[in-house]
Amino acid sequence: MNGRRWWPSVALTILVIASAFPFYWAVVASFTPEARLFQAPSLFLTEPVLDHYRALFTERNFWLPIRNSLVVAGTTTALCVALGALCAYALARLQFPGKVPLLGFILAAGMFPQISVVSPLYLLLRELRLINTYPGLVLPYLTFAMPLTVWLLVGFFRQLPGELEEAAMVDGAGRLRAFWEVIVPLALPGIATTAILTFVYSWNEFLFALSFTLGPERQTVPVAIALFRGQYQIPWGQILAAAVVATLPVTLLVLAFQRRIVQGLTAGAVKG
Amino acid sequence: MASVRMEGVQKVYPNGHVAAHGLDLEIRDGEFMVLVGPSGCGKSTALRMIAGLETPTSGKVFIGDQEVTQLPPQARDIAMVFQTYALYPHMTVRENLAFGLRMRGTSRDIIDRRVEQAARALALEQVLGRKPAQLSGGQRQRVALGRAIVREPKVFLFDEPLSNLDAKLRVDTRAELARLHRRLGATVVYVTHDQEEAMTLGWRVAVMRDGYLQQVAPPMELYRKPANQFVAGFVGSPAMNFLPGDIAPKGEIQRPGTTLGVRPHDIALVPQGSGDLDAWVDVVEPRGSELLVYLRLGATGDGTPLRVVAPPDPPIQEERHIGVKFDREKLHWFDNESGRRIG
Amino acid sequence: MPGAETRTGIERQEARIAWWLVSPALLTILLVALFPLLWTVWESLHLHDLRMPWLGQPFIGLDNYVEAFREPRFWGALGHTAFFAVTSVGLELLLGLWFALALNRAFRGRGLVRAAVLIPWAIPTVVSALLWRFMFEGQYGIANTALVKLGVLGEPLVWLIDPVLAWVPIILADVWKTTPFVALLLLAGLQNIDASLYEAARIDGASAWRQFRYITLPLLKPAILVALIFRTLDAFRVFDLIYALSGGGPGTSTEPIALYTFNALLQNLQFGYGSALSVIVFLITFGLALVYIRFLGAELTGARR
Repeated sequence: MNGRRWWPSVALTILVIASAFPFYWAVVASFTPEARLFQAPSLFLTEPVLDHYRALFTERNFWLPIRNSLVVAGTTTALCVALGALCAYALARLQFPGKVPLLGFILAAGMFPQISVVSPLYLLLRELRLINTYPGLVLPYLTFAMPLTVWLLVGFFRQLPGELEEAAMVDGAGRLRAFWEVIVPLALPGIATTAILTFVYSWNEFLFALSFTLGPERQTVPVAIALFRGQYQIPWGQILAAAVVATLPVTLLVLAFQRRIVQGLTAGAVKG
Repeated sequence: MASVRMEGVQKVYPNGHVAAHGLDLEIRDGEFMVLVGPSGCGKSTALRMIAGLETPTSGKVFIGDQEVTQLPPQARDIAMVFQTYALYPHMTVRENLAFGLRMRGTSRDIIDRRVEQAARALALEQVLGRKPAQLSGGQRQRVALGRAIVREPKVFLFDEPLSNLDAKLRVDTRAELARLHRRLGATVVYVTHDQEEAMTLGWRVAVMRDGYLQQVAPPMELYRKPANQFVAGFVGSPAMNFLPGDIAPKGEIQRPGTTLGVRPHDIALVPQGSGDLDAWVDVVEPRGSELLVYLRLGATGDGTPLRVVAPPDPPIQEERHIGVKFDREKLHWFDNESGRRIG
Repeated sequence: MPGAETRTGIERQEARIAWWLVSPALLTILLVALFPLLWTVWESLHLHDLRMPWLGQPFIGLDNYVEAFREPRFWGALGHTAFFAVTSVGLELLLGLWFALALNRAFRGRGLVRAAVLIPWAIPTVVSALLWRFMFEGQYGIANTALVKLGVLGEPLVWLIDPVLAWVPIILADVWKTTPFVALLLLAGLQNIDASLYEAARIDGASAWRQFRYITLPLLKPAILVALIFRTLDAFRVFDLIYALSGGGPGTSTEPIALYTFNALLQNLQFGYGSALSVIVFLITFGLALVYIRFLGAELTGARR
């Protein structure tokens, strides 16, 4: 038996190094002068320079996309969790005709390709003069975020023992009171997990943000980075610095709540 | 306090399962009524319909003079103790006890007073500030009880409240429940699958099976005059023996087409040949105060099985022949067709 | 809340509350997902070119679809998508299973591993595409340098201008980003397998391979299927990754169907034609999704109690 014990460690070492290396490499490169980026790359940081970061925030005003992303992802998350929690509670706990098809519909809605609604959403937003505005991003984001939120929350609500609400109702609370006084406090960890996942997906979204913004004033972080490609030369140093900056908040959030997130990812089995 | 009445209550689940076939049951004001039966017999469904957690497909439920069939639980003025206790894990014991009163808008000082009272009565004063997770099993059970008591409801509903306790605690709590009922004089509907619990607690016991009421009677009447073969077999421990009606003991009329029921306590062991029938001793289980003897009727070891409770002395040898003698006063005859008791 | 005096029954009241609770989210989904989807279908049956508004929007039946089916670039895009899906999902499942087995065995360092594997997942796809592009960029990127130093390559390759080699960083980036997710899904499945089964098998004298073959694999099948279908669906929608990594190039040799559709819509502004492409993408993923819902069906209907 003992002879076989070595391979899991090898596998996990490979996994950790492979997972971390590209990001590590980006960090190293983002502190390397542009001229040395493609000459004899060194695995370790020798003389770190802050040029790229300075350029990012002075020449490019990278604060703007960060602010845009925060506003859009934050609003989307708040809306989805508030409306999604009510919906998910009904789906998880109440009996009503049409429930099962409804669950199926929401699951299906969460899986259909974003590209298939780009054209009407574009025409709709253009009609409403919402192209290149915050609502013009939040609204499309609800297409994928709302089903995701509902689906995750249904899973979390179902984990709570049903007798608790029955006890609350026998104790004199109505349905909604029981939901607010008993279910919400108990499901808070699950609700937080859902909020984090929704935020991460919204923060990382690209297709809608690319399609429904016109210029830098409303571009989100992923779009801004993707469109960094200058006219003649790709500004790799700045791209990598931006990548590090864009990833840092999400990474910290994810690392802080890693256990819960893994739970949410695997329980809800959502898209990667 | 109030009575509870079910009139022709039927419950059919969407999947077609019928959990209650037209139940008619009256629970008198202040009575301790136990619903008992094997799992899946519909006793919990009946309780949940009284609570308002399920709605009857047809029929009516009354609490006192008021029809409550279509009222939600919060409008029924009942309290319920759940099998899992269903304590709110995010609230302290005090908050758990106060929750029902708070939901009904009771004033703060009345809440405080009643919570203190209940805590004193149930020896929970020391743990009022704790959360349910920090309590022992017995304490949790008492909090669940306390949560029902503070409300001073019209009717108490219990759904297998003792089944999560260990054996000793269960017996203690059983006695405490009986005392509590005597003190409060409240109407109680109590569901259990344990016939011993039913017999010791109930003023009357309603035996259920497959969604039908089998018999509603005081415990001793159930024991002495079971309405049918199912009740006879369900009530009493060890369970009643059933023999084909044509293996009649000496001096009895043979009754083909019937089943003879004899309780293990109503059979005496005598030397071979001197009793009503002869039997083969299969296994002897010593139980301290008595012996439980497993017999096989006839000379060989493969006849109809028979359980007999015998005094611990004299000892009984296994794998021997022996005679059995039935107590003529305590024989039960059941019709094979209907299962009903005919004598 | 309706008063207690209603005679409509608790169940009907519960249903009414339920629909009130469901409706805000449901209306949102109908408004931003279902309604646009139907609109897409409608668009796809019309000629609608935003660059030529004077043409109006005449109904042209299935002409847009016919045009797509006659267009080699469409078939190319479809082929690229299928190739990408099969290759990347295949690799991810194999590697993911291997890592999941390792994670299931490991007693120490699970926290570290979990943290490490979440990094690729948390990084925006666009950013990870750029990271991989950077590593494969030009002649002196780290990939070339490392491969030459290790002696795998005699001389550096220029990956991104070769129609075949350009797939290497694309597939690697996808595998890098999603293998951890697959591994976590499969690990959850593995942890649901009762450990005593392995003990029983060991007592019965089953070798490690046989334990894997006759216990792990059959019991893990549901988890593998879920991962497979999720990943396939996702791979069919691939857009961000390729947009940022190769832009579909060189030429259109790595262009997936979603990127082709995007270009038709927002670069060429052919809304009718682009919508027809959108509908085709939708139908393909919908077919795959049906399989998935069917598979999860049991879980769906086991709603309560």
